[in-house]
Amino acid sequence: MNIVVENLTKKYGMQKAVDDISFHANTGEILGFLGPNGAGKTTTMKIISCFMVPTSGDVKVNGRSILSNNEEIKKKIGYLPENNPLYYDMPVMEYLAFAGELQGIGKDKLHGKITAMIHTCGLNEEKHKKIGELSKGFRQRVGLAQALIHDPEILILDEPTSGLDPNQITEIRKLIRQIGKEKTVILSTHILPEVEATCDRILIINNGKIVADGTPGTLRKQSHSNEVLQVQIADAGNMDEVISTLQAIETIQMVDPLPGSADTFILQCKPGATSRRAVFNLCVQKKWVLTEMKPVETKLEDIFRELTKD
Amino acid sequence: MKKIWIIAVRELKTFFDSLTAYVLIIAFLGLSGFFTWLFGSDIFLMGQATLQPFFSVAYWTLFFFTPALTMRMLAEENKTGTIELLLTKAVTDWQVILGKFFACLMLIGIALALTLPYYISVWALGPIDHGSVWCGYLGLILMSMTYISIGLFTSSVTNNQIVAFLLSLFIGVFFLIIFNVMSSNFTGQIGEIFSYLSLSSHFDSISRGVIDSKDVIFFLSVSIFGLILAELSLSKRNIVD
Repeated sequence: MNIVVENLTKKYGMQKAVDDISFHANTGEILGFLGPNGAGKTTTMKIISCFMVPTSGDVKVNGRSILSNNEEIKKKIGYLPENNPLYYDMPVMEYLAFAGELQGIGKDKLHGKITAMIHTCGLNEEKHKKIGELSKGFRQRVGLAQALIHDPEILILDEPTSGLDPNQITEIRKLIRQIGKEKTVILSTHILPEVEATCDRILIINNGKIVADGTPGTLRKQSHSNEVLQVQIADAGNMDEVISTLQAIETIQMVDPLPGSADTFILQCKPGATSRRAVFNLCVQKKWVLTEMKPVETKLEDIFRELTKD
Repeated sequence: MKKIWIIAVRELKTFFDSLTAYVLIIAFLGLSGFFTWLFGSDIFLMGQATLQPFFSVAYWTLFFFTPALTMRMLAEENKTGTIELLLTKAVTDWQVILGKFFACLMLIGIALALTLPYYISVWALGPIDHGSVWCGYLGLILMSMTYISIGLFTSSVTNNQIVAFLLSLFIGVFFLIIFNVMSSNFTGQIGEIFSYLSLSSHFDSISRGVIDSKDVIFFLSVSIFGLILAELSLSKRNIVD
């Protein structure tokens, strides 16, 4: 199932929460939504999951518009809303049965599905409790279970790992990756390493507009073309001398000592140039011992900050 | 239709799980029983085999109890956000509204069914007019439908249960008393309109055993109007938030 979002706009009064965004998501793809608070992630997800109608624009699921086929499309979507709202006064099993029945699972298959979901989400020990009695992590699992119960082809998860402990986060990520092999998954999150760990593609949204779209790798390339190296040189003697000598290399733009370290330097290369070979040769020539040389990767955090600052 | 039933059953279960149902049924039976059999112009005072005292008590108790049932219906879902979860399932807004409507109606139906022993007792005491008893029950059910739909509407406009409760009492008071008072203050066309809008005149004639299509249409149209308003206010998320 592929999702195509076309020129989607949603206004709340005068404020545009989502401003003319377009993107697509394909089967077998996990799409990560990133953005600061209030960027329009949740609004976009609410529209795709057929909760709200957009002010203008359209979302097409397998070529069919959500505006005219919403009941049919809702059956194919599993949705986990932000903050995971659930009926706290209902027992887990009963709630899953209710969700399943509403999504059109027949009575004959219902029990099997519930058992399978309880197993997948690790709810076996808690299945007879009321949802309100569960801890936050288990509630989150119930939320996931209700989204997955009818085996949807599209999964929309608004901050799926919030409130989980590290072990649970790893488990849920594994589960999402596994589901994402055959299905279309859209998830939003604030946790940047999570996007890198789970998603095939990243969409960064800021002020209702898409500011970046690509794999983590391509985003890195786009954001910094300069090579940055971290170099550690032992037995070099005077630090200022090392810096000035390194600075003399033609391809190097700037040399900074790494704060808190006496023998490690950060080298900024000029755009499009590489200087590893030159640094190595220089060290050989000066008889310095080069103990470490590694490229510094731009962190996703930096890309995110760069793209979303005002 | 199946979806409406699934939602209605869930809501009804929640009533019983959360003790609301028990408290309400006990209070309803207690109050109406007390005033029907023990106190005031009760059955023994009237010296007639009739359930009229019960109907006039139930007329008031349902006025207070129905908003208590409906107040959390949509207000709580709006507040906790579960409405989002519900409406992104394969259901329409109407199915949600009707499901909740029938859940309340079923609970009131259960409460009324539990008063059938009153009927049997009075029947044992003397010759009772069966027609007027069944008409009285029909009147109570029609009246409950009206209150439920008003309650669902008020519950949909706010996410505070207390506001929803008070608001539906406020709207209810117009139908119960104020229109009646106004109809006697005005003459001519306006007076007739107020008299038609007053719930008490319609209920009185039904509970006396006269089923007039005019009365039935009144109750049904107010109910449908309330449900339409509730649906509109639920779908207003599509326009602004």
